[in-house]
Amino acid sequence: MTTAAKKDASQERQKTMIAEHFEKLGHAKENKQKVVYTFVPGNLTELLANFDLLPVLPEINALQSGMRGKTGDYIHLAEKSGHSEDVCTYVKADIGMLKSGNIGPTGEKIPEPDLLLLSYTGCFTFLKWFELLREEYDCPVVMLHVPYQGDGNITPEMRQYVAGQIREVLIPELEKLSGKKFDEDRLREDLKRSAKAEDDLVWVLESAKHKPSPIDAYFGGVYYIGPIFTSFRGTQDAVEYYELLRGEIEERIKLGLGPVTPDGVMNEEKYRIVVEGPPNWTSFREFWKMFYDEGAVVVASSYTKVGGLYDRGFRHNPDEPIETLADYSMGCYTNLNLPDRVNLLENYVRDYDADGFLINSVKSCNSFSAGQLLILRELEKRTGRAGGFIESDLVDPRYFSAANIKNRLESYFQMIEAKKAKG
Amino acid sequence: MTIAAPAEPALGGRLGAIIRRATELYEDLDFKSVLDWKAKDKTRRAIGFLPVYVPREVIHAAGGLPVGIMGGGDMTEIVRGDSYFQSYICHLPRSVIELAVSGRLDAMDGFLFPSICDVIRNLSGMFKLLKPDKYVHYFDLPQNFRAGLGGKFYAHEMRSVAQAVAKMTGSEVTDDRLRESITVYNANRRAIAALLELRIEKPWLIPATEYYLMLRAGYLLPADEHTALVNEYTLMVQQSNRRPLDNIRVMVRGAFCEQPPLALLRTLERAGCYLVDDDFVVGSRFIPDPIKAEGDPWEALAEAFMQRSLPTASVYDEKHQKGDLLVRRVKDVRADGVLLMAPSFCDPALLDQPMLQSALEEAGIPFTSFKYSEDTGQFQVIREQAGTFADAIKLWGTA
Ligand code: SF4
Ligand code: SF4
Repeated sequence: MTTAAKKDASQERQKTMIAEHFEKLGHAKENKQKVVYTFVPGNLTELLANFDLLPVLPEINALQSGMRGKTGDYIHLAEKSGHSEDVCTYVKADIGMLKSGNIGPTGEKIPEPDLLLLSYTGCFTFLKWFELLREEYDCPVVMLHVPYQGDGNITPEMRQYVAGQIREVLIPELEKLSGKKFDEDRLREDLKRSAKAEDDLVWVLESAKHKPSPIDAYFGGVYYIGPIFTSFRGTQDAVEYYELLRGEIEERIKLGLGPVTPDGVMNEEKYRIVVEGPPNWTSFREFWKMFYDEGAVVVASSYTKVGGLYDRGFRHNPDEPIETLADYSMGCYTNLNLPDRVNLLENYVRDYDADGFLINSVKSCNSFSAGQLLILRELEKRTGRAGGFIESDLVDPRYFSAANIKNRLESYFQMIEAKKAKG
Repeated sequence: MTIAAPAEPALGGRLGAIIRRATELYEDLDFKSVLDWKAKDKTRRAIGFLPVYVPREVIHAAGGLPVGIMGGGDMTEIVRGDSYFQSYICHLPRSVIELAVSGRLDAMDGFLFPSICDVIRNLSGMFKLLKPDKYVHYFDLPQNFRAGLGGKFYAHEMRSVAQAVAKMTGSEVTDDRLRESITVYNANRRAIAALLELRIEKPWLIPATEYYLMLRAGYLLPADEHTALVNEYTLMVQQSNRRPLDNIRVMVRGAFCEQPPLALLRTLERAGCYLVDDDFVVGSRFIPDPIKAEGDPWEALAEAFMQRSLPTASVYDEKHQKGDLLVRRVKDVRADGVLLMAPSFCDPALLDQPMLQSALEEAGIPFTSFKYSEDTGQFQVIREQAGTFADAIKLWGTA
């Protein structure tokens, strides 16, 4: 169903950016650059850049280890040292990696943190994760408590609370760590660049409204959001990367091409799907192949909104540099309450004219998973389209049963066919 | 084989009556006691709260009855609850959903879901979808403990609950009312503290199940009624002729949310362990000492939560002291060892465990760990594990 694979320029560009970042990390200690570990959702990349601090995102390490087939051993190691089999495997993959020498994806050692920035958006496990890392590293932890949108909105008090913590707790700590003064003008400039990249990112994600969709907004989507997530938001590099990507996709639309997959361009779009939940990383390619082999393209996904709901209008706003960081932290997908998650997915199904929606429920992640069966029911009720449910895990290979998932997907696609036939 | 956990021998007299009353309340999953309370006055409203902690004073001050919703224990047959949750999610939310969809939570006029974990958090959203006509609020406790930041945010959270409940009852929460409620709950705190003190001193006077039932009664009865009940119980057991057994003294950690079934507590005790300290029903004594009943009551409640609450896995350990506090508490209650018991699939409890274990190892304090669920029905393995633990301590002073 695909034609030959060829790497796009944007992919090459991204690879270089990431390699350079790990290179910097590899030499951080000798270059006296301070390293801050922090989490993806609600990350404060622009603020860290303001103090020339280098971010490390342990979730990204875990997923990259998963893709390189390392996490089975890492998780085993963590469980052997007393971590329960029941808990989030990202944490265990990280602890196992630490115990195995902290070697990053490029083979270089990831430096120890000078600070753990516990920005606490959308998941309680983050809190425990850094409490656990604090036992291993002799460095301070600074907490940013991000309130949850329990009632479906961001109140002025929530905003004040988060902005207050950034001003009164975070900035002084980061100044102390880096020995540099906070530079508000620089932050404004960076935020301007963030907003520009965000415009292009949204354009890319929304290109999936075309038929055929020129992108896969889940499997492909994780590559598109990658650079913004991993430390580049606010940089000229990120702006240029998204310009390049946008140009490529404009071209694809002109030519009427489908998404690029690891096996080349997907030729025939048979099913348009909305996906909820994170992907599996240990068998990422195999998992993706189960979709493109069947002509299924993911036109929208919630996972690519963990780092922000830009497509619902949010942009970093240079006019309110601190408040905008607060709004960003509170606005990520994982910080939405369940009814809003359902509303968002429902809108995706309609806006992207999807044939159905599919939930990949991962064992690790209560933040995503608890309540997903109700999400499934609600979506079926509201949209009348085909709903599917599969189970796997992020980085624990023991919970990826290829045969089982393939079977389920096949029956799911048949269900779509049946619904389509009925009209 | 199921180890049947026989009931304690039936007690006569006033002590027997108190225990029967508490047992009835515990078993009352239709919340009849709450319906009876409401029937006496049509302005009365009941607000259900999930584990771990909410400031019940605020609900009380608005004329509401705070009711603890602690799951369905081993008494609820799960018919529909399982179809709402994957197998790898703890048991408590499925029994809570079961109670909700079967109409047994209809006595509640509203629900508060404190911020303790992602499961309870998402359950709040499920309630919003399933109970669109009820007041459902995710109650966000602060993880920043500065008065001007977390304190201010928290005071606002409390006020928003006060307003919502006041709208239902028609009783506005004034500062005076809130101070009175703090006083009422301070009396309750003292009663519970005296009960705990006695149990630490003479655990043979207070079997684990009775102690547990006394705490749970506080999640259903109006505060002053509960205070009177606990005080009377504490007095009565001192007059009983219960005799000490050759049991070891253990402390329990990890059971702060999903509750163990009563039969499990009985099993542990029968296996030779006096439970001298634990985190069951921890919200009833989350702030163990009296709260200031003068000055700004909102600030007093916030300060108490932020500075004087018990260390629990769901609250950020800002001062990096959970290990030290655990070890200190073991010494204070003169425990011989610790049972780390956590509900299966409970992220906060299970992620906390390695940290607690290393603190105990470093201090040379024996411990053992196991998982349970609220409907655990097989006790053989746990009984053997606890029995071996107790025997080892008795023989060698270490496990
Ligand atoms: S529970 Fe989910 S959101 Fe939280 S750290 Fe694990 S994978 Fe990430
Ligand atoms: S038992 Fe643990 S995981 Fe389950 S609801 Fe309670 S705190 Fe959350």
